[in-house]
Amino acid sequence: MLRRIAIVGASLAGLRAAETLRARGFDGELTIIGDEPHRPYDRPPLSKQVLQGTLAPEQALFHTKDGYDALALDMRLGVRATSVDLRVRRVTLADGTWADYDRLIIATGARARTLPGIAPRAGLFVLRGLDDAIALRRELMNAPRVAIVGAGFIGLEVAASCRARGLHVTVIEALPVPLSPILAPTLCGMVAAMHRDHGVDLRTGVTVTDVIGESRVAGVALSDGSRIAADVVVVGIGVTPNTEWLEPTGLTLDNGIVCDGTGQAAPGVYAAGDVARVANRWHGDSPRIEHWTNAVEQGVHAAENALAGPGASTSFSSVPYFWSDQYDRKIQFIGLARRHDEMVIVDGSLADRRLTALFRRGDRVVACLAVNQPRALIKYRKLVAACASWEAALSGTAAS
Amino acid sequence: MKVVVDLNQCDLHGLCVEAAPEVFEIGDDGALHVLNETPEQGLRAKVDKAVRECPTGAISIEE
Repeated sequence: MLRRIAIVGASLAGLRAAETLRARGFDGELTIIGDEPHRPYDRPPLSKQVLQGTLAPEQALFHTKDGYDALALDMRLGVRATSVDLRVRRVTLADGTWADYDRLIIATGARARTLPGIAPRAGLFVLRGLDDAIALRRELMNAPRVAIVGAGFIGLEVAASCRARGLHVTVIEALPVPLSPILAPTLCGMVAAMHRDHGVDLRTGVTVTDVIGESRVAGVALSDGSRIAADVVVVGIGVTPNTEWLEPTGLTLDNGIVCDGTGQAAPGVYAAGDVARVANRWHGDSPRIEHWTNAVEQGVHAAENALAGPGASTSFSSVPYFWSDQYDRKIQFIGLARRHDEMVIVDGSLADRRLTALFRRGDRVVACLAVNQPRALIKYRKLVAACASWEAALSGTAAS
Repeated sequence: MKVVVDLNQCDLHGLCVEAAPEVFEIGDDGALHVLNETPEQGLRAKVDKAVRECPTGAISIEE
């Protein structure tokens, strides 16, 4: 009989876990612990609508106060979980309080990386949390020139939002093109051209060697010897999973919490979302995935298995999905393009920046990218999920 | 149950179509259509999945 479930991380994964537990009839004590002062909120709008000023920060919350109250949670906000004792099943918080549990779900997410060796100062930002977005938005009102370090999805979305505000934007990327760890070179080139056409000064193949300005940023120095003047610098160079607090527990930590296919890291202990490495049947590996949909799926999956117990647990299988909104383009991606052998544009064109691309590995279709073609993504999602043959994918027919 | 979609919120991710194709469709016009606004209870689990996986929170269920 489960009486107490604790969720560490008042995040998307943590919230979906809590909702699932209640929806499945769990009526015991449900504690959710978050180190930020906010109730769970949605991150995708932060780099877009919130920065552009079309969405008030409080509108990023998933539910109204009544909606949260209906879940009957013991919500401990603004206080960090500092340790967990797996033997006595107790989570201890920074304020000295604790939460005992029969099942534990860890969804502590990840934090934005910062530039190594660069001290914090006014005007130097990362964008990860709601408070980051609120502070950055305020600064952008009086910052005509913005330098963005890193041309990943966060950096590029911030660039597009800053251009929408009419700001002068420079993006600095160490690799030759944006997004190259994720996409094929021609598609990366298309994204680069799109940003340049929108007035972004995109500098690739260079790194930031220093941030100029003592008490407040004045710009950045680059490895090619040039300097970029900037009133605000935003760093988007990836994230680090929040696992340090678990180091004494003996859980397997290796770029995230290593879990089996049921989402379990230890008996009665589950992990979900950006912090978790759940064995994934579709993937054939235990990847750490930083996507919105993954947080939902793993939060739900962990909750269901926490209630079901080991005997009745299901194993996780999911095709990674993410999207990015930049200017008037919606980029959607399903699958895994790393180590692909071939990329073919099956509809639309690079010139139109409206296209559908399929990725082959061996004789299978492993990924699909759609730019402003949402129906195509739905069609190919099924084929990618089924690991359909390349031939079947190209002919657009169902897998046999 | 009654399925309600806020088309102003809908961003055409298509995850609802994947979760519950009996209920949701993106039509030839490129817009989301609710094929069945009052699906039978047997589709509840699928519709619930569509609700929780919608990235814009555009779908709700009225009992």
